[in-house]
Amino acid sequence: MAEPKTKYDRQLRIWGEQGQAALEKASICLLNCGPTGSETLKNLVLGGIGSITVIDGSKVEVGDLGNNFMVDDSSVAKSKAKCVCAFLQELNDAVKAKFIEENPEALIETNPSFFSQFTLVVATQLMEDSMVKLDRICREANVMLIFARSYGLTGFVRISVKEHTVIESKPDHFLDDLRLNNPWPELKGFADTIDLNVTDPVVHKHTPYVVILVKMAEEWAKSHGGSLPSTREEKKEFKELIKAWMIAMDEDNYKEAIEASFKVFASRGISSSLQQLINDNCAEVDSSSSDFWVMVVALKEFIANEGCGEAPLEGSIPDMTSSTELYVNLQKIYQAKAEADCLAIEQRVRNILKKIGRDPDSISKTSIKTFCKNARKLTVCRYRLIEDEFNSPIQPELQKYLTDEDYSVAVGFYILLRAVDRFAANYNSFPGKFDGEMDEDISRLKTTAVGLLSDLGCNGSTLTEDLINEMCRYGAAELHAIAAFIGGVASQEVIKLITRQFVPMSGTFIFNGVDHKSQLLSL
Amino acid sequence: MADSTAQLSRSRDLDKLLLRSGHLVGPNFEPGPELRDDLQQYARVLVVGAGGLGCELLKDLALSGFRNLEVIDMDRIEVSNLNRQFLFRLEDVGKPKAEVAAKRVMERVSGVNIVPHFCRIEDKELEFYNDFSIIVLGLDSIEARSYINAVACGFLEYDSDDNPREETIKPMVDGGTEGFKGHAKVIMPGVTPCFECTIWLFPPQVKFPLCTLAETPRNAAHCIEYAHLIKWDEVHSGKTFDPDNPEHMQWVYSEAVKRAELFGIPGVTYSLTQGVVKNIIPAIASTNAIISAACALETLKIVSGCSKTLSNCLTYNGAEGLHTKVTEFVKDKDCLVCGPGVLIELDTSVTLQKFIDLLEEHPKVFLSRASVTHRGKNLYMQAPPVLEEMTRSNLNLPLFDLMDKIPKDIIHVTGTTSKSDKKMSCLRKLRVVFKGIDGVTDMDTAGGV
Repeated sequence: MAEPKTKYDRQLRIWGEQGQAALEKASICLLNCGPTGSETLKNLVLGGIGSITVIDGSKVEVGDLGNNFMVDDSSVAKSKAKCVCAFLQELNDAVKAKFIEENPEALIETNPSFFSQFTLVVATQLMEDSMVKLDRICREANVMLIFARSYGLTGFVRISVKEHTVIESKPDHFLDDLRLNNPWPELKGFADTIDLNVTDPVVHKHTPYVVILVKMAEEWAKSHGGSLPSTREEKKEFKELIKAWMIAMDEDNYKEAIEASFKVFASRGISSSLQQLINDNCAEVDSSSSDFWVMVVALKEFIANEGCGEAPLEGSIPDMTSSTELYVNLQKIYQAKAEADCLAIEQRVRNILKKIGRDPDSISKTSIKTFCKNARKLTVCRYRLIEDEFNSPIQPELQKYLTDEDYSVAVGFYILLRAVDRFAANYNSFPGKFDGEMDEDISRLKTTAVGLLSDLGCNGSTLTEDLINEMCRYGAAELHAIAAFIGGVASQEVIKLITRQFVPMSGTFIFNGVDHKSQLLSL
Repeated sequence: MADSTAQLSRSRDLDKLLLRSGHLVGPNFEPGPELRDDLQQYARVLVVGAGGLGCELLKDLALSGFRNLEVIDMDRIEVSNLNRQFLFRLEDVGKPKAEVAAKRVMERVSGVNIVPHFCRIEDKELEFYNDFSIIVLGLDSIEARSYINAVACGFLEYDSDDNPREETIKPMVDGGTEGFKGHAKVIMPGVTPCFECTIWLFPPQVKFPLCTLAETPRNAAHCIEYAHLIKWDEVHSGKTFDPDNPEHMQWVYSEAVKRAELFGIPGVTYSLTQGVVKNIIPAIASTNAIISAACALETLKIVSGCSKTLSNCLTYNGAEGLHTKVTEFVKDKDCLVCGPGVLIELDTSVTLQKFIDLLEEHPKVFLSRASVTHRGKNLYMQAPPVLEEMTRSNLNLPLFDLMDKIPKDIIHVTGTTSKSDKKMSCLRKLRVVFKGIDGVTDMDTAGGV
């Protein structure tokens, strides 16, 4: 076996050892191992997922050889689950791989408690009826669930989890936490020790922009009754003031200060999304609350008390032109404040735990530290039950999609993906499955889709003939490239859910393989 | 076709797309069994790169109706490839990627033939690339993309009205990933923007000023780059640093640690040292799968017309929720690579040698050590030595004569050019027009390639 650190190096750089450990602990159940399911698992097995259980009751047909890489000529007439599982095991011997030769639909009907042993279930190519049942089972058992389906040049991915909380959401672009317009005493004291009037040009050009901006903001506030630049004119004037301090053209630190001056103009206090989060119903904790919500309550108290309206300081600063000494000292000041804030939160966490009757040390210091560092980026995702979405989709959204040109194809596919299941329930096969019945199927599918739209409260809405025709042309084909795309998306979402890092997708992802104008629908 | 045979056919699912007519299809779509057979027999696809994207692409294309595939890659398999390059096993480490990838796919998908090329992309004759119906790129380097792009655009010919001649268009599909993000791009040279037209999309690589490294280091990366770029040369005079040599890497790491301690800077680790020095781009299986699938699908669509084609760039970002976007970029009409070519006017007396010298100073070309090709004929080759010797005598002949006295024609030159202090191989298409020739005929009547 290869040194896992080397083998997983390129992904450890993304989700770190904690993320990797979470993956290695996870057990995944796959329903149906056609190309969509097989490709989903392939990506997870390569990344070192803990264990997989492949469930499929079918035998490999010649047609499967044309769309599924996990089966080959020697697999024909053998159990598909067995063949796929054997190939997946070959990819990574660190993964525990097993299979069950059983029809997933039957398993859902007869053995609902089976699913509670898994961390997450990936359900592929299921019909609507089974999706609804499985969804209820997994919700009840607190098992994460992802649906994935490929159908011709379209398909979907949908997460179903009651609540998914993310501490390390790792957004690409996020305003750094520098408190330039609201410095705490130590930062202000540090800025006070530095004189911008210094004549030595080397020292002058190595004063970090954080210090420049803290001093300039303070000076501005003094002469403007305590307020900061807010109008466009004032902001321009503020930048001119910074510029006036430059004594040479090549002073990168002043250029950086001008570029970063918007950080002075940013509003103090917490963002509206964080405000919403601390006001969430779940922020009333009891002994059954998750660690996340216990820490959110501590955060809420902190903001109202010692935080003076601010979240705990993040503690890191971006690179900036500076002498090494000033930069390192500045870094220490930010770190010290972050540590003090974290300590305050920790105390609150311990008290809350005691109050709700839990062991005060049941949340580790490391967890609290990570929480504090990411306090401004906390994210909560909630997903409707599939049944609710199917029976009563959010009307304003649905209406919007049906009339918005950017969404019309995607929502058309959404309706048709549901309509083909109704069609199959009525006529025992998918539309366009057989060459000779195309014309009849087109008109039947149209009728089915119109009926569905009317059931969803969208009387009068229609789908284009082109799209209905296209859906019949697909004849329920599971094309490899589409399956690989859908499976890729599903596996990426699985990774985000299991590592509890990054933000998983919301709503239903509708893949549009015609022109790639895919959409997320929040229904 | 009878339904029973359809169920028994390997192309059961693909047939739905290739044999049936549709409304949302390409303008040249002619559904039928002949289309499926043509795809199998005549379509030839080159996959450039047998890494994370390349492995996926070979699989996806082999299962999308293509049977004639070739793959080119100069790398050997490393342990850190195994988390995503699913055609490779631990026992393959050290073997050429192209060869193992080709073998594995052929083992599993019967009927598919894949020819591997274990070499640099520059090692192949230009004509090698002209043999393919379409070129799919699964690369992680901008330089390699630029090179293939220039080669493919080099085949493009324009008519006398400066419209691209359709039969000379060599389509490309380009994929790229980084972490949870990626892109897929369809390039129809002369019609949609080529790689060079939109090269500004790639952010410039972060480079630290040397004075920061030498005088005011502030973070771990500064300490590492100091050890790598400054200290190494000071201590090992003459010996070049090899990022693949673990001893070299270890040395840089320990020097970086020393420097970090000296300045009180936290955060130097061996992993970060490797990351900074080798400029490692994080990579995962799922993103490669998504982007390759999109590229393979577009390849199938371009060749068969079975659906609309992406126009012309898809970006995927799964880091914050899920965002996909299609952007229709526009062609740079003055592009030196996919445009009609740099116009060079010459006297009929100019010798090939003088022409080569001229290219070094030409403000739009700046090409040194040029090799020159005209209609597939080597007029002068800098390398290999055999060819150099064979073509050396041409240097003193007038270019006009060497070009069979055609008053206006396209020639291709390859050589080196420096871009932001970095030397790179480069291919340029030039439109040479000889002055003082009466009745300049247009290129069409001068005969095709």
